[in-house]
Amino acid sequence: MAGITIEGIRKSFGTTTTALEAVNLDVADREFVALLGPSGCGKTTLLRIIAGLETQTAGRVLIGGRDISSLPPRARGLAMVFQNYAVFPHLKVRDNIAFGLKMHGADAARIARQVVRTASLLRLEPLLDRYPAQLSGGQRQRVAVARALAVEPAVLLMDEPLSNLDALLRLDMRAELKEILSEAGTTTLYVTHDQTEAMALADRIAVLHAGRVEQVGTPSEIYHWPATRFVGGFVGSPPMNFLPRDGAILGIRPEDIDLVGPGEGIAFRVNVVEPLGAQTLLTGIAESHLLRVALNGEHRIAAGSDLHIRPRPDRIRWMDAATGRATTRTETSP
Amino acid sequence: MRGRALPYLLVAPAVIFLTVLFFVPLVQTIALAFQTTNGTGFGNFARMADDLNFHDAVVNTFRFVGLAVPLQLAAAMGMAMMLRHLGRGRDTVLWIWTIPLGLSDLAAGLIWLAMLNDRGYLASLLFHLGLVSEPQSWLTYESPMALFIAVVIAEFWRATAIVVVILVAGLQLVPKEYAEAASVFGASPWRIFTRITLPLMKPSIQSALILRTVLAFEAFAVVIAIGGRNFPVLVSEAYNWQNFNQEPAVAAAYAVVVMVLSLVATVVWLRVLRTPEEQRA
Repeated sequence: MAGITIEGIRKSFGTTTTALEAVNLDVADREFVALLGPSGCGKTTLLRIIAGLETQTAGRVLIGGRDISSLPPRARGLAMVFQNYAVFPHLKVRDNIAFGLKMHGADAARIARQVVRTASLLRLEPLLDRYPAQLSGGQRQRVAVARALAVEPAVLLMDEPLSNLDALLRLDMRAELKEILSEAGTTTLYVTHDQTEAMALADRIAVLHAGRVEQVGTPSEIYHWPATRFVGGFVGSPPMNFLPRDGAILGIRPEDIDLVGPGEGIAFRVNVVEPLGAQTLLTGIAESHLLRVALNGEHRIAAGSDLHIRPRPDRIRWMDAATGRATTRTETSP
Repeated sequence: MRGRALPYLLVAPAVIFLTVLFFVPLVQTIALAFQTTNGTGFGNFARMADDLNFHDAVVNTFRFVGLAVPLQLAAAMGMAMMLRHLGRGRDTVLWIWTIPLGLSDLAAGLIWLAMLNDRGYLASLLFHLGLVSEPQSWLTYESPMALFIAVVIAEFWRATAIVVVILVAGLQLVPKEYAEAASVFGASPWRIFTRITLPLMKPSIQSALILRTVLAFEAFAVVIAIGGRNFPVLVSEAYNWQNFNQEPAVAAAYAVVVMVLSLVATVVWLRVLRTPEEQRA
């Protein structure tokens, strides 16, 4: 049992800057939770507080029910994958993977066993006697993951582990990570600013914005039932559209808009057409607001066209104009 | 003007400078060292080695290098690590630490002489505290150990800061993430230092050691200021042969010995603390 409980974690720098304000979050045992947010939202700070690399101003962190708030990083029983990997350049891949076990005083047999096991899991066997400088970025990234998994941690923290890889490699590693981590059954907290990554990997996503948790939910809940205007605008590519309606805000996903005949729905002037293959993305103006419509890729529409559109009624999300909070139900997905 | 000739033209002043003021005198010194009244040979070296002071000079030089350099390295390492953990005031502390670097060797030697001789601050203080009955003079030929310690203290005070500066610069090149990763994976602060920080700082430790060892073999003004002729080292003996004995050839032999020692020390540090290409960050 090693769930993570974050209770009222606050972090301020000096008297003026507040990085985190009273963050609460529960991560169940064996669960994969992504901390998603734009840069500067405090997600990395929160992760570093859990790791013990940063000290919170208030609040506490429990792992498996044990308060670890005041323990040094080495006594917290967790492992971490860093954004720049932080694979030790003076140690061979083998010794990098063995590092955590050695520091925890594991016996030689267990170290040897774990090195072989994690190396094969991450396809690193042929590279065990190389130094990190002799590896590619993707290989170094795998060493960082192997080093973390080798200690069989109760909790794994990952700080944007894929952000330094090129797009294609990132896609491969993402699938690989998901497979390995679900097999290992490690409780994982994963920081990312990439919403696709969060949606693809996580059991649940916690969206952070300006030091607050905006919403916690499954990827589908977050996507279809954003709790705030910020979540709707941040999650999804292209993001949710917002149109003002009688003092409220109507939120609608670009793919939840249908074309209708002339005289029906809302008039929509197409400015840009982006044929993306699977989808055709239209950007234009409706009711003097910028609006995006994602159509099936088979549609042929020219820029400058005047169309009529209608949001699917069951997909409309209403939000309070002042607070930006959703006023429709947010508990379950449709 | 432009094109192929330009780079050579640009390095020419430096090359000419080094040739005229470094390479030519070097060759002349070496030639002089091997020049005897009956042709070339090791005559000057024999005269150097037969001299009474030679043995003391060799022993003193090696004791001095052997104690001062490791002391400076250890202290500078500690100081650099302390600076790393300092938030505000870091630059001020570093600045204060480097003040002795601005002083000439001789001035530094004289400062410590003023503090440590029989009418110096230390003697007066001990006298006023009643710890000694009359001002003592330690810095005489009768107490070579006291002389030795005084010279080491003065050199330590004067030249440790340059090691600190090199190590601080080196430490800044080591990303903090390595130490953080080590701590997350269970390493204690001491183990982080020995297993991660020290190995990653090898290149700057190497630079600092080469610089300090070579300069310690050549220590002169501090030694002369505190020890005078009572604490002979190789370089001060070269000075004595040149100026008091009017024997430039024997002085040149000393110079050659010091040069060879410096070269050997440099090669040793280059080899012992080599960081292979593949282990660089």
